[in-house]
Amino acid sequence: MLLQGERLVKHFGGTVAVDDVTFNVNKGEILAIIGPNGAGKSVLFSLISGLHKPTSGKITFQGEDITGFKSHMISRRGMARTFQLTALFDELRVVDNLALGYQKRTTGGTNFWATLLHSAGWKADKATMEAKILETLGFIGLEEKALELVSTLSQGEQRRLSIGIALVSDPELILFDEPTGGLIQKDTDEITHLIRKVNQTGVTVCLIEHKMRMIMDLANRIVVLNYGSQIAEGAPAEVAANPEVIEAYLGRKRDA
Amino acid sequence: MVTWLQEKWFYVVIMALALIVPFFVPNRYIFQIIIMSCLFAIGALSLNLILGYTGQASLAHGAFFGIGAYGVAILTTTLGWSFWAALPVAALSSAFLGLIVGIPALRTRGAYFAIATLCLGEIVVLVAGNWTGLTGGQNGIVGIKPPDAIPIPMIGEISFQSQTSQYYLVLAFLLLTIFIMHRLVYSLKGLTFMAIRNNEVLAEAVGINTTKAKLLSFVVANFFAGMAGGIYASLISSISPSVASLKITFDFLLYVLLGGAASLAGPILGAFALPVLMEYLQFLHGYQMIVFGVLLVVVIIYCPRGLMGGITNLLAKINNKRMGS
Amino acid sequence: MDLFLQQIFNGVMLGSTYAIVALGLTLVYGILQIPNFAHGHMYMLGAYVCFFLITVVAIPYWPAVAVTAAFMAGGGVVLEWLAYRPLRHESPINSLIAALGALIVLENGVIALWGPQGHRIGNPFPAVFDVLGITMSGQRLLVIVIGVALMLLLQLFIKKTTLGSTIEAVAQNQEGAMLVGINVNLVSSLTFAISTGLAAVAACLVAPIFMISPSMGAMLGMKAFIICILGGLGSVPGAIFGGLILGLIEALGGGYISSAYKDVFAFGALVLILAIKPTGLFGKEVQGRW
Repeated sequence: MLLQGERLVKHFGGTVAVDDVTFNVNKGEILAIIGPNGAGKSVLFSLISGLHKPTSGKITFQGEDITGFKSHMISRRGMARTFQLTALFDELRVVDNLALGYQKRTTGGTNFWATLLHSAGWKADKATMEAKILETLGFIGLEEKALELVSTLSQGEQRRLSIGIALVSDPELILFDEPTGGLIQKDTDEITHLIRKVNQTGVTVCLIEHKMRMIMDLANRIVVLNYGSQIAEGAPAEVAANPEVIEAYLGRKRDA
Repeated sequence: MVTWLQEKWFYVVIMALALIVPFFVPNRYIFQIIIMSCLFAIGALSLNLILGYTGQASLAHGAFFGIGAYGVAILTTTLGWSFWAALPVAALSSAFLGLIVGIPALRTRGAYFAIATLCLGEIVVLVAGNWTGLTGGQNGIVGIKPPDAIPIPMIGEISFQSQTSQYYLVLAFLLLTIFIMHRLVYSLKGLTFMAIRNNEVLAEAVGINTTKAKLLSFVVANFFAGMAGGIYASLISSISPSVASLKITFDFLLYVLLGGAASLAGPILGAFALPVLMEYLQFLHGYQMIVFGVLLVVVIIYCPRGLMGGITNLLAKINNKRMGS
Repeated sequence: MDLFLQQIFNGVMLGSTYAIVALGLTLVYGILQIPNFAHGHMYMLGAYVCFFLITVVAIPYWPAVAVTAAFMAGGGVVLEWLAYRPLRHESPINSLIAALGALIVLENGVIALWGPQGHRIGNPFPAVFDVLGITMSGQRLLVIVIGVALMLLLQLFIKKTTLGSTIEAVAQNQEGAMLVGINVNLVSSLTFAISTGLAAVAACLVAPIFMISPSMGAMLGMKAFIICILGGLGSVPGAIFGGLILGLIEALGGGYISSAYKDVFAFGALVLILAIKPTGLFGKEVQGRW
């Protein structure tokens, strides 16, 4: 088990966003988290990635208890994520974004004095980073746009970049929060293909999505949330046939 | 798109011009303005680090400038230290104080941080004005000697009594500041600062410890502010609590924002252009500041990226025309 | 004990003044999503307009207050229209600069017209009362009474009238308000008018007690920020409580410990509070544009 969440609860004032959820993610798999709007999926992600502290419950990542850790600490331990509304450093260029994604992997290279004096360590770090950025650019297909400002990219390209930022640091686990939200079909297919490629390199994927066809195609396992609690879990076919799931999405069938 | 602003030889020319300034300057008054502008450019560049690059509106910059000034003043007059020993200590004190107040203050964001630093700055002014035993109270400290002469074996010594020598001293420190800022900003560390300014949540999500980074930016900025203040005290020979005042902070703010934030040339440009502008407005006497205030509002609405922004836009337009649109 | 009660009285008086000024600032923050850095200087201008009306135009005190309030309300609208509205969608730092420009104009304009020295307005209520060993001057009492009345009126206005709830709506969600047909520009102007008008009344009330000078706005403006932060930017009850608390801290600290350092207590208290709770005492986690 790469990631485990036990009895997670999150209150926001009076609202219970996440209500006693227990789930796990196995190494190498693609786990999808689905559920109607407001079911608490994004909040669950924010608990795992450290954006918010759980009101109660425990989160274990790679055997370590990371409950309550801040997001930068969790990020440094090999977790990366994308956000629902494309989160990029939109004042900077494509390469800068990737460099920032890579930044946590540098060793002494970002140390203040090393930077000032252009030490050997700094130079070595710079070289490794540039190589990795080039590699990632190729992987996400943005080589030609490397020196462009993010604002000149299309929606689909921006999404690919946000995946690139997550990928460039060689994470163990990437959390994708609705990576195809608001995209046209062509771009959706591109992203789906990219996520599969990412998983094939050995990265574990945890994915929030609404597009059922994409989920059925991609996911090894699915967890279903509704009103903050977990209502189903299992292989895609199983979950699709689960009456509670159908009810959550479509409403109860009224007797004639 | 290569503009001549990015060509190395452009900067070599500027350097050469800077070195021969003392031979062309018409009188003491203008020379003093130039020297002060160089000094304030150091202050503006350092404010730019925390404000322009890291996006945190520190309104205490003048206070840290003042701390450096008082540091040198007290160490050289009351304790009789040499300027060369007093300056690093004063700058480090400024940085250290920045560290102490930064730890709580940087937990706040945006407007709250601006106000917190505003208040911290005011506290410094109030203490400087009231702790008569240490700072001379409202009368401040007078009779601060210019920097001690540096002995050079076999040749003699470099003294700093003349304006020309003071100019080269300030120029040297300015160049040092530019060098350090350049190294810092054009690096992954600099990108880290800009990331925090652009999208702090994402910065945390990619593993940047934003608190540590902000603190570093703040402390470095305050170190240079203190350094500039220390040199200022030594050159101007007497200081009072106004050296740490909000007016100084606002001056730095204007140099940075009107010159062009988040660029290295902008604050330097601003530090020279604004005092020159103020000189031109002198003929308006009492109305000088009013015109200045109006200009400020007009410029920030119609030319928000400052002079540098205007210049880069212009150059981009020229370049586009040249490449045939 | 006498000193204590006296300082409480002074503190409440100071606090009422601060609260009114802070109220204006916090209302405008709800609309602008940034603090109006020129607020203190508008307060200062109000004092001078009142001074001008009383000494030069020679109208009696109460009419002068009314005219000042109306004039300054208009001034607030002009300020918003000139300096803040064009920068609504830009970075908040730009608005800070514009406010800076505005306050430079205000402060130097006043100096150009009336000189840098302080002035005095005659005291319209020289009566002094002695209650429970506390010396209450008529004017100070008036400040408290009118101050409290204004606070109550404002709270009623916001909560009970349609116009008031419109202001709240815009403060909560500008886009949403526009979508339901609220004229955000009008509301913005109105809020500024109320904010500056209130500050002007406070200035007129306090002017006979302390001297007026071109620099009185700066310090007060800063304290208004402190209060809004203490009470939470955008919160009306927060501004009221914060104002009173600050007034009391200043009066007691100044009276018992050191009057020279009294401002340090105010600033120090703020920094301390922000260090513990970075969004202010009653501030919410979600903030404005900044």
